Amino acid sequence: MLKPPRASIGVIGWIRNNLFNGMLNSILTILTLFLLWQFVPPLFRWAFIDSAWHTTGQACRDAAGACWSVISINYRFILFGFYPYEEQWRPFLAMLILFGLLFYTRDRTRWKKPLAYGWIIGLFVMGFLMIGGLFGLKPVESTQWGGLPLTLLLSVFGLTAAYPLGVILALGRRSKMPGIKVLCIIYIELIRGVPLISLLFMSSIILPLFLPEGITINKILRAQVAIIMFTAAYIAEVVRGGLQGMSRGQYEAAESIGLNYYLTMRLVILPQALKIVIPPTVSQLISAFKDTSLVVIIALFDVLKTTQSVLSNPEWMGFSREAYVFLAILYFLGCFSMSNYSRKLEKELSRGD
Amino acid sequence: MIQFIDVHKWYGEFHVLQGINLSVEKQERIVICGPSGSGKSTLIRCINRLEEHQRGRIIVDGIELTNNIKNIEKIRAEVGMVFQHFNLFPHLTIVQNLSLGPVWVRKTPKKEAEETAMYYLEKVHIAEQARKYPGQLSGGQQQRVAIARSLCMNPKVMLFDEPTSALDPEMIKEVLDVMIELAQEGMTMIVVTHEMGFAKSVAHRVLFMDFGKIVEGNTPEEFFSNPQHERTKLFLSQILH
Repeated sequence: MLKPPRASIGVIGWIRNNLFNGMLNSILTILTLFLLWQFVPPLFRWAFIDSAWHTTGQACRDAAGACWSVISINYRFILFGFYPYEEQWRPFLAMLILFGLLFYTRDRTRWKKPLAYGWIIGLFVMGFLMIGGLFGLKPVESTQWGGLPLTLLLSVFGLTAAYPLGVILALGRRSKMPGIKVLCIIYIELIRGVPLISLLFMSSIILPLFLPEGITINKILRAQVAIIMFTAAYIAEVVRGGLQGMSRGQYEAAESIGLNYYLTMRLVILPQALKIVIPPTVSQLISAFKDTSLVVIIALFDVLKTTQSVLSNPEWMGFSREAYVFLAILYFLGCFSMSNYSRKLEKELSRGD
Repeated sequence: MIQFIDVHKWYGEFHVLQGINLSVEKQERIVICGPSGSGKSTLIRCINRLEEHQRGRIIVDGIELTNNIKNIEKIRAEVGMVFQHFNLFPHLTIVQNLSLGPVWVRKTPKKEAEETAMYYLEKVHIAEQARKYPGQLSGGQQQRVAIARSLCMNPKVMLFDEPTSALDPEMIKEVLDVMIELAQEGMTMIVVTHEMGFAKSVAHRVLFMDFGKIVEGNTPEEFFSNPQHERTKLFLSQILH
C-alpha cells in the first residue's frame, strides 16, 4: 500500500503546512514566537511568582509583582457591598440558590412543571433572604444591597423578563391590527433611539418628579425596569428578523389544519424563528449583561462600583490593574457561560435540519 | 358540499377570479387544469380561506365563509389541504407533524392521536419513517406525509394544490398512487394538477380554467375526446403532445 509522503502528515506535516508554508508565513511565525517569548514569561512572573496574595497594602507596594491582596483582603466588600457584614451569609446563600437553579435548568429535558415551581419557591426564598424581617432575620433595606448579588439580580431578571417581552413586541410589530402595530413600532423605535444611560437617568431622576409627594419607587426596581425595557426593544428586532425568515407555506400549513393565530405562533412559527436567531439573541443578552454595570451612574453599587470603591481607599490606591483583571475574569465567566450554553442549545435544537 | 356562487377576486387591479359558479357534491372528485395564472390555485385556496374572495358567496359544508374567524377555523379543520411544496413542519418529527392538529384543534388525547397518525402513515406506506424529521425524507415521501397529516384531521374534503409539480419525475407515481387509493375510498377531492392520467382514472369531472373563468367542465371521457372550446383544445394539444 502506498503511504502519503512523510512530510505531509503528523506534527511535522502540520507545522510545515500551517506555519512554514512559504517565505512570508515563516517570517511571521518566527516573529510571533519572538514576541511571545518577550511577553509571556514576564507576565507569568508578574501574576504568579513575584505577586502578593494575601498581605497588607503596604507589603503589596514592596512586592515586585501583582497585588492580588486587593481582592483577597477586600473580597467581602467587593462581593456584597454595604450589606451588613455579619448578615452577608444571606446574599451568599441566595446566590448559591440562584446558581443551583440555573445549573439545574441547563438540561432541557427538565423543563417541566416541577421546575417552574422550583423557580417560584427559589425566588421567594432568595427574596426573603435578601430582605429579611421574618423569622428573626434582621431586615435589610434594599439601599444597602450591592456587589455581585445586585449585578446578578439586575441581569438575571432583566434578561428573563426582556426576552418574552421582546418576542411579544416583535409579534406586535408584525400584527395585522394597525393600533397594536403602531404602538409596538413607536415603542421599539423610541427605546432604541436613546442610550441606556439616559433611560436610567430618566427612571431615577425624572420619574420621581411626576410621582405624588411621599410615593417613591424602589431605586433598584426602577433601574431594573429601565434595563428590561431597553433590552426588550433590541430583542424584538432580532426576533422580527427570525419571523421574516419564515416562509408563508409554514403559516398556511398551520392554518390549513385549523390552528388559530396563537397556536400557529406557539407551535409552528416561534419554535423555528427563535431557533434561527439564537446567535444574535445571545449577543444581545451578553451585551445587556455587561450593560448592567451602567447602573453606577445612578449610584447603585454593583460589583464594578464596589471594586472601584475599594481602590479609593488610600491603603489600596493604585492597584487598579489587579482589580480590573479580577472584574474582567468575573464578567468573562458570565458571558462565556452564556455563549457556551447557547451553542449547546443550538446543537440540540438543530436535529431536524 | 361546496358551493361557489358568482365569486370574484382581485389581486390589486388584477381580476383573478371572474364570476365562478361551481357546486361540488359529497364524494365527488374534481380535477382542475389550466394554464398558469388562470386562477385555479386561487380558486381552491378560497375554499379554506387562505385567500379571501371579494364578491359572491362560498358555502362549505353548510357554513358560509365570511370574516367570522370561528367559522373559518371550523371549516379549516374539516378541509384538508396538500401543498405543492409539502410545507411540513421541519422542527417536528413525522409523527409529531401528524398529531399536531388532532391534539391541539380536536383535543384528542396525545396517545390516541399518535395511534391515528401511525394508522395513516401505514396507509401512505411510510410508517417506518415515523420518528424521522421531514428534512431526512425524499420529496415523494414528504408529500405522502403531508397527505397523511391532512387525513389525520379526518377531513370531509381534500384539496390538492399541484401536489406533484415540485417532485422529481420518479417520485410522482408514489404520490399519485396514494391519491388514487384515497379516491377509491370515496373521499371528496378537488385536485389542481396537470396529471391527465390521474384525471382520466379517478375524476368525475374535469374543469378547464382560463383568465379567471371556468371555461369548460365535463366528464373525463368527453373532456379529453371531445373538447368544446378552442382554448381547451389548444391547451390539451400542448400538454398531451
